[in-house]
Amino acid sequence: MEEKLKEIIDVIRINKLSYLEILQLLQEKFNFVPMDYLNKICEMLEIPKSKIYGILTFYSQFSTNERGKYLIRICDGTACHVKGATKLIEMLKRNYHLEDGKTTQDKKFTLQVVACLGGCFLAPVCMINSHYHGSLDENKLKNILESLK
Amino acid sequence: MDILLVLKKGYFYIRAEYPIAVEHIQKALEVCYNLGLCGRNILGTNFNFDIELKKGAGAFVCGEETALIASIEGKRGMPKPRPPFPAEKGLYGSPTCVNNVETFVNIPIIINEGAENFAKLGTEKSGGTKIFSLAGKTKNTGLVEVPLGIPLAKIVYDIGGGALNGRKIKGVQTGGPSGGCIPVEFFNTPVDYETFAELGSIMGSGGMIVIDDTVCIVELARYFTEFVQKESCGKCVPCRIGTKRMLEILEKITKAKAEVEDLTTLEMLGNYIKETSLCGLGQTAPNPVLTTIKYFRDEYIAHIVDKICPAAVCKELIEYYIEPTKCVGCTVCLKNCPVEAIEGKTKQTHKINILKCIKCGICFTLCKYKAITVKQATIYATENKN
Repeated sequence: MEEKLKEIIDVIRINKLSYLEILQLLQEKFNFVPMDYLNKICEMLEIPKSKIYGILTFYSQFSTNERGKYLIRICDGTACHVKGATKLIEMLKRNYHLEDGKTTQDKKFTLQVVACLGGCFLAPVCMINSHYHGSLDENKLKNILESLK
Repeated sequence: MDILLVLKKGYFYIRAEYPIAVEHIQKALEVCYNLGLCGRNILGTNFNFDIELKKGAGAFVCGEETALIASIEGKRGMPKPRPPFPAEKGLYGSPTCVNNVETFVNIPIIINEGAENFAKLGTEKSGGTKIFSLAGKTKNTGLVEVPLGIPLAKIVYDIGGGALNGRKIKGVQTGGPSGGCIPVEFFNTPVDYETFAELGSIMGSGGMIVIDDTVCIVELARYFTEFVQKESCGKCVPCRIGTKRMLEILEKITKAKAEVEDLTTLEMLGNYIKETSLCGLGQTAPNPVLTTIKYFRDEYIAHIVDKICPAAVCKELIEYYIEPTKCVGCTVCLKNCPVEAIEGKTKQTHKINILKCIKCGICFTLCKYKAITVKQATIYATENKN
């Protein structure tokens, strides 16, 4: 941890990152914001924890829980909503016991319900890690998830 | 060269949830820097202009200009009262011009082609073209660019190709969750800023979601209100508490627990929130509810008085039922029911146990013989008979 922390602190100092960018850096590096790192960064750079916590909880991009191997982002924007995104979310709840922001026990899948993924013309859409999947229905999504190892 | 504005730095603010857009702009910026179209001494002049890309972190309110500025500064994306306007005191205290990328893209066209040529397209007050994201229940979906002023019907029927699966189109939700729902009766009106405002909607994000008779208007209004309520930054009371109260009433309606007076309260709350909220989010948040009450009042009444969801979407108001004459006893529904609510033997008529049914609709989608139908929930049906 020491070495990694030093590396992160250097990046923050050199690029003069804002509080928001510090959080984005951690989120991108670890796929979540690890509180132990964040606390150390706050101490070393003399950042008020309250300030950074306020930003952390304001934006939906950040998660303080460790994420699964696959992050399933289900779009529930208007176009996806009218084309049955709710059914996809219900299927994930039923078959994988997933809830928004939760990870399966085997740490394989994490579900995040998001407002719009910009793929309205392929609605309903989801993103699994960095891949888009469109024109989904419950079975199609189930098959995609089952093909993931 | 005439200089109108001396700008030093520009930012692209793009949602992190749009990774493709981020990637494209990153590439474009690289190309521009390599060609000397950005940065120092642009094209050998003394003009310097740097452009930086900032990714949003997932907050709808950051589309509001002062919240967007706060977010670029690395703070919580909370709006500020205006004045001072960003044009006087914006990013890091400097005069700032905040506009949509699409708006800026029109400027080179105006300069190169001339203002008169630009204004040839569009209406008198809304000149030029506009890009819409056509989605929802039409055959063709995607981004469409049209001259402003064309009738809505042309976009929905000519470009969109009309309804899916022979359904009936009810209206179009324009401008995202801050916009309103325009019903079919107004499809001949021209698409421009002024007309949309008159109808109680906005052009906003440029979203056009086509809605057909399988979409419940009340549920849709509930969905939008839930969204704006979640995304409210919480700074001003009308938006923070008002949208929550509106949501509670809408939930009551979709659960058949509302009374007709609740509609009046909804309208009153909506108008107060519109008038008194601090920023655009709150000022437009009631639009979906207010426009749907105005244009689709009968659907609200059906939920409240008749306890019927005409689109058969609101779970509390419907029941699934197997038509004995159509069921062949194939057991597909029985095997796929997640709660074992379907009883029956092979080649014998199946039956749904209403007490166990969670109304997930899987059987309804799977039945090849269309034997499963949606009907009004029994408890309300008996209530109405009495």
